[in-house]
Amino acid sequence: MKNREFIENLILNIISPLISIFIALFFGGIIIYLLGHNPWETYKEVINFALGNPNGWGYVLFNTTSFILAGLAVAIGFKGGLFNIGAEGQILVGGLISALAGLYIAPIFPSFLHLPITLIFSALGGAIWAFIPAILRARLGVHEVINTIMMNWIGYALTNYLVVNTFRERGVLYPLPQTDKLPSSAVLPKLYPIFQKIGINIPESNPVNYALVIAILMVIFTYYLLWKTKLGYEIRALGLNIHASENAGINVKNIILITMLISGAMAGLASINDVLGYRYRYLDNFSHGLGFTGIAVALLGKNHPIGIIFSALLFGALDRMAIGMDVFTHIPREIISVLQAVIILTIVVGNEVLIRFLKKRRKAIYA
Amino acid sequence: MLETIFAWETLTSAIRMATPLAYASLGGVFSERSGVVNIALEGIMLFGAFFAAVGTYFFKNPLIGVLFSIIAGTIIAFIHAVVSIKFKVNQIVSGTALNMLAAGGTTFLSRLIFKAAGSSPHIEGFTPIDIPIISKIPGIGLIFSDLSPLIILMLVIVFMSQYILYKTAFGLRLRAVGENPQAADTLGVNVYKYRYIGVLISGILGGIGGAFLSLEHARVFVENMTGGRGFIALAAMIFGNWKPIGSLGACLLFGLAEALRMRLEGVGIPTQFIQMIPYILTMLVLAGAVGKSTPPSADGVPYEKEEI
Repeated sequence: MKNREFIENLILNIISPLISIFIALFFGGIIIYLLGHNPWETYKEVINFALGNPNGWGYVLFNTTSFILAGLAVAIGFKGGLFNIGAEGQILVGGLISALAGLYIAPIFPSFLHLPITLIFSALGGAIWAFIPAILRARLGVHEVINTIMMNWIGYALTNYLVVNTFRERGVLYPLPQTDKLPSSAVLPKLYPIFQKIGINIPESNPVNYALVIAILMVIFTYYLLWKTKLGYEIRALGLNIHASENAGINVKNIILITMLISGAMAGLASINDVLGYRYRYLDNFSHGLGFTGIAVALLGKNHPIGIIFSALLFGALDRMAIGMDVFTHIPREIISVLQAVIILTIVVGNEVLIRFLKKRRKAIYA
Repeated sequence: MLETIFAWETLTSAIRMATPLAYASLGGVFSERSGVVNIALEGIMLFGAFFAAVGTYFFKNPLIGVLFSIIAGTIIAFIHAVVSIKFKVNQIVSGTALNMLAAGGTTFLSRLIFKAAGSSPHIEGFTPIDIPIISKIPGIGLIFSDLSPLIILMLVIVFMSQYILYKTAFGLRLRAVGENPQAADTLGVNVYKYRYIGVLISGILGGIGGAFLSLEHARVFVENMTGGRGFIALAAMIFGNWKPIGSLGACLLFGLAEALRMRLEGVGIPTQFIQMIPYILTMLVLAGAVGKSTPPSADGVPYEKEEI
């Protein structure tokens, strides 16, 4: 009995994602072949580029950091039955507010508080941007999908306006659409010294930074929140059956609001890897679809924090490989979003097929 | 400023801007009336816009461009149909994946085919048509002159769809599988077949809507040029109570907002705030539609045939 459950879980949670990754890579191989390259050689080259050296590992971990946080943000929503497709806008607003807090609010406080302030404001910014769709869903019952997407476009326009017109960097001849540089007390240090100490020679130029540690802490936090607290229980109950939750006396409206705000806060935090850990300033539209990758990360990771670590690692590696592909073969790196979509579709379809298969088998056993 | 807003030109451009939305919105009506939520419309439009540009660019004929956009839209809709009808996957997840596929795929292909980042070369759309006699009337005649054939086609299709959905057996069956699939099934209606048809029609219409954007509106394909119009079209569909003519009305409202938006550019309001207008209007419209419009009862619910 226990054994069968174990095998079924293994098939659903490990084998099925692996199959979908394989299908996506196969599909990518066809594209590479059609463009006149040898898929096998190309894959070998880009995998070596991404994973064959410490600098590559550092970049993969750097990408993974943002993907973990964005994946967690989307997964928290999914667990509560909510579609937060607005992570992208929440990341932009969170990033900008965090940078502004570092520039204008932090200096009022002693320096040991600077970093906590920028971190808290990144989460706050994300939550603020999630608040409007959240309240519209909780109070009026407007479905969050279209609203969160509209908030993405509004967020993009608003942050663009603010960083171009109001908070653009000063003191340079040709200012970019970005803020001033943050004080070093308000940013996240790089991780290469730690890696070098344990013998992994990640160069100083590598962007992997302490945001990775925060991402891992957030994985633990999310697990604890969802499975060890009353609130988490209520969120999951809501995701399973909204009517049953209501009958069981759960305050559905409040839980919807809270879930959405936590999801938004997590999305806001997904900005820190770039804003506080890499550029040390907010650059216009730096996120480049990170919020949407978060959807793929969450689905491939089965909305489970541990699964999300692995799927974020995979997408982190794929992203690095795409850059290698661009360099070696001039195949546009947008191939990656195509593969992400293929992974989402195959994983959800594969799930259905496997669940049906397992059900049939179970029936056959008990018939 | 007021003269520039209250001008016949504003109304003409409102109709132009409403056209791609109306195609997509009508597509949404067919899909959701049959019981399948189709947020992939955004991606369908984007593929439509791209392949219309490709077809027109290589064959120098906008008709081939539209044909290409229809084929592309239908293929994407077919994937959405298989994933959500046959495999009963969450329809929003499927739609989101297809939107990502469209955003990445069209950018990818555009850079490969046109060898340039950002946009395609200039493309020639259809020759505009003047409606005889009425177009000569001063003022209001402006609305009836210089019309894209796709605008006229849109109006024809909208009214035809209203008739088909409410006055024909086909329309009755399509609506029945979206309202109460069990009952429809008992009466011998093939639920799956009608849902496939509903989604595929949305692919055709969404594709043409996208074609209008690249062929008639911009005369060029620009990466991610749909800019959320697929979702705005869905909001219009909801506001129009899932009915063809109602949706057209809502699309005209959005078209007017876009026309005003274009008129307002250059009067001192920062462009970013002007850009927000349609998105904010969408959210207001959705909030306003609460309690006033009702979706088909089985909208978004996969149908599981009872096993006997």
